Amino acid sequence: MATTENSPANTLPGRTVDRYARRKVINYIFIALTSVATAIAITALVMILYSLVAKGFSGLNLTVFTVDTPAGGEDLGSGGLRNAIVGSLLMCAMGMVLALAIGIMAGTWLAEYGDGNKLATAVRFLNDVLLSAPSILIGLFAYELFVVPFHGGSAIAGAIALAIVTTPVVTRTTEDILRLQSNQLREAGVALGAGKGLVIRSIIWRASRTGLVTGGLLGFARMSGETAPLLFTTAGNQFFSMNVTQPIASLPYTIANFALSADDNWRRLAWVASLLIAIAVLSANIIGRQLARGSQHK
Amino acid sequence: MADAALTQASEGPQRIDDSPGASATGVKDAIFHGLCFTAAMVLMATLLGLLISLAVGGWPAFSHFGLQFFTSSEWNPSGTEDHPEFYGAAGPIVGTLITALVAMVIALPLAIGIAVFLVEFCPKSIERWVAIAVELLAGIPSIVYGMWGLFVLAPWFEEHVMTPLRLIAADHPGSFADHLMTGASSGSNIFTASIILAIMVLPFIATVFRELLLSVPSHVREASYGMGCTPFEVVSSIMLPYIRKSAVGAAMLGLGRALGETMAVTFIIGNSHAFPKGVFDSGSTIASTIANEFAEATGDLHTSALIALGLVLFVITFVVLAAARLLLGQEKH
Repeated sequence: MATTENSPANTLPGRTVDRYARRKVINYIFIALTSVATAIAITALVMILYSLVAKGFSGLNLTVFTVDTPAGGEDLGSGGLRNAIVGSLLMCAMGMVLALAIGIMAGTWLAEYGDGNKLATAVRFLNDVLLSAPSILIGLFAYELFVVPFHGGSAIAGAIALAIVTTPVVTRTTEDILRLQSNQLREAGVALGAGKGLVIRSIIWRASRTGLVTGGLLGFARMSGETAPLLFTTAGNQFFSMNVTQPIASLPYTIANFALSADDNWRRLAWVASLLIAIAVLSANIIGRQLARGSQHK
Repeated sequence: MADAALTQASEGPQRIDDSPGASATGVKDAIFHGLCFTAAMVLMATLLGLLISLAVGGWPAFSHFGLQFFTSSEWNPSGTEDHPEFYGAAGPIVGTLITALVAMVIALPLAIGIAVFLVEFCPKSIERWVAIAVELLAGIPSIVYGMWGLFVLAPWFEEHVMTPLRLIAADHPGSFADHLMTGASSGSNIFTASIILAIMVLPFIATVFRELLLSVPSHVREASYGMGCTPFEVVSSIMLPYIRKSAVGAAMLGLGRALGETMAVTFIIGNSHAFPKGVFDSGSTIASTIANEFAEATGDLHTSALIALGLVLFVITFVVLAAARLLLGQEKH
């Protein structure tokens, strides 16, 4: 190879220009290809959002929020999603409380107590696996644990399934955020005579407040769109219910049921529900990431 | 003198103030440490419990059908006297692997393209918007992708891709189009499910790739530019080889997601348990089978077979995800 590079034929002006032109052309093609790849992704996003907005907003009206899900075969435009919206909010609230409590504590343990600890390495690894584990399996697990013994789905079982999906997200972000805090903060606290736990609670947690909120928001974004864990655990409910031990309706469950039917009114509501979920998830995502970005630039 | 001081200290309380002081703080801290530790253990117990419950629930099906559970593609929940119920999961298992692999074949080049575009070529003014778009794509919930796939992508694919292909195949028997259309059903098929999966995993892989490309030390990049390399040469012969190992990890992370994705695939794959005959045939994945049948499972054996499928999925994704984490190292997401 080296000999051909140095051979006189290659140093002729014509050949050099030739090769340079070829490299330039390849480079332009490469830039074009990467631009096309990006354009494809953006096109997909625009098309999905367009369908959502077009089909979701056209079916949206006030009764969506004030009336419960209709029976099949009713007139187009009748019925709403009140029971599903309330059910989703209720389960997300319960799930978030659980996920935040366990996630923040576990993340704190990993970041503050887990250094050089083999058990912590194992927990961190398993948490990462749980983070990406198929959510349908978490639904099966919650079914075996909380539905079979009580002979039927309930809002509690659904909330716990959602919490299992979300906790790894909160744990992960909590650990990352706490590790960003400088050791000088910890040392300063200890120098004042505070114990390690007090330092964590009143200095480190307070300093990482924004980050913890971000973790919570990202967890909420993940949780509110999850459908698979709710399929077997909540059993669905056509009526309004706030009873946590009884079957309950939810937006994702309603979509899964209504979308595959032939009923036009149900399909309309499935699109409306998709739009509502997408708005909730995407705004939680955007707010969370903006907060994270803001705190990094400080 | 020193001895006297020590004995004095150990004999009685010599504290000057009456605040709860160190010992009370110590107890609180110990409780706090205990709570944190318990939370971490709850997390670990959840994953172990998941594994155990799947193994226990699936055991009847494994022991009843043995190896046939993996090799047979006969899935017959409605048993009769002379034709007892039978569960062979070859169809869903193969469906899971095929959809995930096709999705990766589509998503990987696009993800590399997006990451390289963002790091090397993107004008500063639009970089932020592209990054936000990719984040939004990652944020859209699975079931919304399912709605879009079912009502927009599948009908479009049926009308604009499969119908022309069908005409060509009818005119030229034995041609490539004819082979492609073997066993073709409707627009809801394995291939469209793979397209949806590809769009879903794309932003995750692209984001990790971008972080990896940014982690290449700038002196390495600048040195190769200084040698007179074109941007293409810098990317293809310096930067991509530099991040090779982690990039494989990122791809496997995407693969793990594609394998377990449920709702979008359930909406669009067509849900047939037979062994898929072609890439345009309707099929099923493990996750879609569980999602479709579990709530209406008739007998104990049916339930057990579905949980056994869940265990198979868990083992496959666990291996893939564990490999991904090891390749990526602990720091990366």
